[in-house]
Amino acid sequence: MEDNQTPQLTDDEKKLFEDLMPEDLDEILDTGVNRRHFLKLMTLAGGGLLAAHSAVAEQVFTRPLSVPSAPEPASAAIENGVNVSFKVNGAARKLTVDSRMTLLDTLREKLELTGSKKGCDQGQCGACTVLVDGRRVLSCLTLAATCEGRSVQTIEGLAQNQTGSAVRLHPMQAAFLKHDGFQCGFCTPGQICSAVALLEEARTGHASYVTENVRQTAGPVRLSAEEIRERMSGNLCRCGAYPNIVAAIQEVYSGKPVEQTWQFVG
Amino acid sequence: MRPFRFTNAKDAASAVRSLTGNPNARFLAGGTNLLDLMKEDVERPDELIDITRLPLTQIRTITSGPNQGGLSIGGLGRNADAANHPLVRQNYPLLTQAILAGASGQIRNMATNGGNLLQRTRCPYFYEVSMPCNKREPDESSARAGCGALEGINRMHAIFGWSEKCVAVYPSDMAIALAALDATVNVRKADGQERSIAFADFHRLPGDTPEKDTNLNHGELITAIELPRNRFADHSYYLKVRDRSSYAFALVSVAAALEMKENRIVQARIAMGGVAHKPWRALKAEQLLVGKEASDATFRQAAEAEMAGARPLSHNKFKVELSNRSIVRALQMAVNGGKA
Ligand SMILES: Cc1cc2nc3c(=O)[nH]c(=O)nc-3n(C[C@H](O)[C@H](O)[C@H](O)COP(=O)(O)OP(=O)(O)OC[C@H]3O[C@@H](n4cnc5c(N)ncnc54)[C@H](O)[C@@H]3O)c2cc1C
Ligand code: SF4
Ligand code: FES
Ligand code: FES
Repeated sequence: MEDNQTPQLTDDEKKLFEDLMPEDLDEILDTGVNRRHFLKLMTLAGGGLLAAHSAVAEQVFTRPLSVPSAPEPASAAIENGVNVSFKVNGAARKLTVDSRMTLLDTLREKLELTGSKKGCDQGQCGACTVLVDGRRVLSCLTLAATCEGRSVQTIEGLAQNQTGSAVRLHPMQAAFLKHDGFQCGFCTPGQICSAVALLEEARTGHASYVTENVRQTAGPVRLSAEEIRERMSGNLCRCGAYPNIVAAIQEVYSGKPVEQTWQFVG
Repeated sequence: MRPFRFTNAKDAASAVRSLTGNPNARFLAGGTNLLDLMKEDVERPDELIDITRLPLTQIRTITSGPNQGGLSIGGLGRNADAANHPLVRQNYPLLTQAILAGASGQIRNMATNGGNLLQRTRCPYFYEVSMPCNKREPDESSARAGCGALEGINRMHAIFGWSEKCVAVYPSDMAIALAALDATVNVRKADGQERSIAFADFHRLPGDTPEKDTNLNHGELITAIELPRNRFADHSYYLKVRDRSSYAFALVSVAAALEMKENRIVQARIAMGGVAHKPWRALKAEQLLVGKEASDATFRQAAEAEMAGARPLSHNKFKVELSNRSIVRALQMAVNGGKA
């Protein structure tokens, strides 16, 4: 996709941009900022600014990038094109990608699954966490070319479509909602994917750095709040929703309602 | 990222041949370090050979040779699987703890055992291509030659074994445990033969060639890591001290392993991370411990003997006292079977 094929800003996006940096808006619009560039600026603007504008931002960020579809270039036209067939949320997908394309960019820009987020693009934040063959990985450090034959699950694939009726949320999604496990929501898809995998790891007895006796290998691990914090440390949250995230995970883990446990120190 | 050709390795032999034939090619394992460095334009391969589908992931008891009765860990197995394998947890809990002290759940699911050993320094000057760095730009005539950290911000850098050319530290946690456990690294060479490299000879001090992190030659493939049998499982501990309690590289880390007879130390192994360009075996401290009764006074003596040789830089003098205390603490934990 060439930059000049991407649509111009929508009114909402202009408004959001104006709120963020009104003095620059005219200049930027004059020089013709496009949507992709805008999203990049937004990412750079960081969580603090986004949090203040979360209502609009959320809308902006969840709208799929529906570009007036230029025909897909043939594989020969893509430099170092690699053919990959893999499953995404249960559906078979077959496409040709530039060898440099990460799984994250493939999901977001080719498959219109914009739930997985790009926070840092360097493995440092966990916002891009998805499940590959059931294991949590970072899609920003995974090349799409390496996904041949794999099965990828993203936040969009966690909820279940009940036949002919409403969507049923994954218990972890429901618990995040119940416990306010987010503010701006940018880290949330990664947090939830990570949390879903964490429960499976604990069930199969995986140890963590804070596990008291790693030599004891029989049976599932008991997940204390400390265990959950350690196991979730690969998912950063700029809004600091951590206590609520831990509570949400504890609730799904225990199957029992969990009280809010945080308090102000003082 | 610069364009590159992507291929899947069919077997170990052809992978090694392809890499040997192209000095600008790299093996792609978990990609957690290589892709990051490619995005930053620090690594610029024109070909990536994906080796993750090679059948080199097994963990098994060694049945012959010098390490008989020990454990062989496949070079392409994932860090999370190595850490959680029952034989590793039972017999080498130090290795389990060290792996689990590194990175995050997601990254440990991706990172391979061979790739982990070859991860490059986290020196910020190395990562930022506009800064001078001898490791990144070994050519002395380069405009970016020099060491940015030597006179720059060097809080995270070395206190042992550095040279004027490079003061970086080696970041792996897993490798610190492997150094303490006297591991060997099995490698497949371009001619199809295998060779074994003792862990102490695997990584290098910077000297005049900081661009060389290890003694591995281009084209060589890490096939397995071997651990000899030992009697350390009851008394070992990996202590990692960092700026936040998880998901951060070490300021200082200590892998301590003791063989005890009642309260007497029969054998001791101590390796340190975050202090040098390679895993730092604290041999002076080890020697002082052998034959002694375990006590805080003995531990302090051993730690001080080792740290007397430290040469801190302008911003990291704190690492000397931090190391002192970390050695003592790790030994106390080891004596108590990993409990405080
Ligand atoms: C945010 C973040 C935090 C991290 N924190 C920590 C931490 O706290 N502690 C820690 O120890 N590590 C940490 N890491 C580093 C991580 O452990 C390494 O990136 C990982 O172990 C590298 O393994 P890989 O398989 O992904 O290697 P790759 O990135 O695929 O490869 C690394 C290098 O090794 C070469 N290579 C790979 N396999 C072989 C082989 N079998 N034979 C020959 N050459 C090979 C490749 O060509 C490449 O040059 C962190 C990483 C990130 C991104
Ligand atoms: S310490 Fe080493 S890696 Fe860091 S700038 Fe100096 S030469 Fe480069
Ligand atoms: S976007 Fe992948 S870890 Fe931050
Ligand atoms: S980053 Fe805003 S909710 Fe986590």
